[in-house]
Amino acid sequence: MGSRASTLLRDEELEEIKKETGFSHSQITRLYSRFTSLDKGENGTLSREDFQRIPELAINPLGDRIINAFFPEGEDQVNFRGFMRTLAHFRPIEDNEKSKDVNGPEPLNSRSNKLHFAFRLYDLDKDDKISRDELLQGKAQLLPVEDRGGRLGQCKVLRMMVGVNISDEQLGSIADRTIQEADQDGDSAISFTEFVKVLEKVDVEQKMSIRFLH
Amino acid sequence: MDGTELAGQILYTWLTLVFGLILLPSAFGVSLGISEIYMKILVKTLEWATLRIETGVAKQSALKNSASVGIIQRDESPMEKGLSGLRGRDFELSDVFYFSKKGLEAIVEDEVTQRFSSEELVSWNLLTRTNVNFQYVSPRLTAVWVLGVIVRYCVLLPLRLTLAFIGISLFVIGTTLVGQLPRNRLKNLLSELVHLTCCRICVRALSGTIHYHNRQYRPQKGGICVANHTSPIDVLILTTDGCYTMVGQVHGGLMGIIQRAMVKACPHVWFERSEMKDRHLVIKRLKEHIAHKKELPILIFPEGTCINNTSVMMFKKGSFEIGGTIHPVAIKYNPQFGDAFWNSSKYNIVSYLLRVMTSWAIVCDVWYMPPMTREEGEDAVQFANRVKSAIAVQGGLTELPWDGGLKRAKVKDAFKEEQQKNYSKMIVGNGSLKSELD
Repeated sequence: MGSRASTLLRDEELEEIKKETGFSHSQITRLYSRFTSLDKGENGTLSREDFQRIPELAINPLGDRIINAFFPEGEDQVNFRGFMRTLAHFRPIEDNEKSKDVNGPEPLNSRSNKLHFAFRLYDLDKDDKISRDELLQGKAQLLPVEDRGGRLGQCKVLRMMVGVNISDEQLGSIADRTIQEADQDGDSAISFTEFVKVLEKVDVEQKMSIRFLH
Repeated sequence: MDGTELAGQILYTWLTLVFGLILLPSAFGVSLGISEIYMKILVKTLEWATLRIETGVAKQSALKNSASVGIIQRDESPMEKGLSGLRGRDFELSDVFYFSKKGLEAIVEDEVTQRFSSEELVSWNLLTRTNVNFQYVSPRLTAVWVLGVIVRYCVLLPLRLTLAFIGISLFVIGTTLVGQLPRNRLKNLLSELVHLTCCRICVRALSGTIHYHNRQYRPQKGGICVANHTSPIDVLILTTDGCYTMVGQVHGGLMGIIQRAMVKACPHVWFERSEMKDRHLVIKRLKEHIAHKKELPILIFPEGTCINNTSVMMFKKGSFEIGGTIHPVAIKYNPQFGDAFWNSSKYNIVSYLLRVMTSWAIVCDVWYMPPMTREEGEDAVQFANRVKSAIAVQGGLTELPWDGGLKRAKVKDAFKEEQQKNYSKMIVGNGSLKSELD
């Protein structure tokens, strides 16, 4: 007869996750159910293949970048703690939390951390700058040394979002315009501070939050 | 000596009881009402158990069981609204928010992968296998559960195994005998009798309670019967009420024996594995079959794989290209008494059948629906979708455009490309898109 994954969530672990992420007891239990149902290998961790098995994620243009966000540097498996930590970024910001723990670490779902998540989607080489090196592969490497005018490194991410439907030139000019608008210190790259400044009028809380039910 | 005599006596009484109370009535299609009494007791017990759980849980904690509600409330806004855009607006750094939110929502809860595992129950039905979110409540409940285990494994299971064995053996012997006759009316009658009797015995082997609705629409000769697929038991459920021509792959082992026996009495359509890949060959043979209008209706499951009975997934267009009249049938199981879904990646057929035989019962509703034919100007895909919607509505199932094949295969790149195209249209407007010839 078949058997379910025998690793159950221990109470201490549940409490720790609750403290770290701010999810409620029942939410963590339900998300644990989801985690185990995705874990086809039944070894308590998820691999990239486990994520790619979700059709709606596989057809998302940024699917691979999102999956990557779950995995720490150089690792191929993510455990439940890591899974919850990443999901916590998308928890809505509640009013009563804003004044809670002034001395403690910033909650994972703060506006700043949400923006950080988005920034990391663009920043392919994780150097805290969205730079021109993160460009369309191949083509950039063939170019001579002359500066191409500070293209946005997100071009690669841009290419993921538009597929084959927009030409390199057009995409390049879109990137040029974006970086011109955002760059303030003239280094032809967008730092996190510049990123935050550009998006200060955007309702990040609403756009980067998922409505979790109790 | 006494021991063996006693055992012999018990076996003899047992078999006589089985024969008298179950086999004979099956042959005549009569019911003695024993299963009805069993079901009534079962329903009362489960209701009692539900009440105990609800009062127990309310005492302990406010842990609501929200199995019927999702984990999140999804943001169903389409790309245009989500990106706060009109066509031709430029790319913004914040566009990535929309895709990441959609992606994370899919990770937490998606429409497709949940269909390939058993449905979660709203209230516990005293089977350990469905005990996901339910906690220990009271000693009385545990006692009832223990009693349930004893009844299921020590009383019902042997009975069901006996019946299944008898049913299958009778079937193989019966069809082989009937197969000796020349092809005439008597042969058809006898073949039908054998099929129906053995199916009824096998259904009792699962403690099946089936309600047939709208029997006036039962599939007619020369037609094609189309139904949603949840498990191999679907076949059993449908053939208890009428004879069909089966279509499928040739298997080895016990299935192979049954298939070969069946085909002697009545012309089923079995394909070799290699032939199945050739779609045109399959369609040609089926077309030939229904051309005479005198053959039994063909039974096809267009989803192509087992789905967990909460939704209907994409109907493959092949069955709808054959022509002829389609008789849709909706099958809905009641998961409270036993889970009929076959999760083939988790259990093989033997474990699955054992699980089914140690459940309380298999309860389902079968709705026969008015026949449908392809309309003018409608292609096979549209027709398939129309039939699919009708079945979904009748059975109270949700309808999904996704392919059941996603259980094992990766999703096609074309869908991602479509998303990319839509997004590109938004940021540059239709005219200046790179043409495909570039």
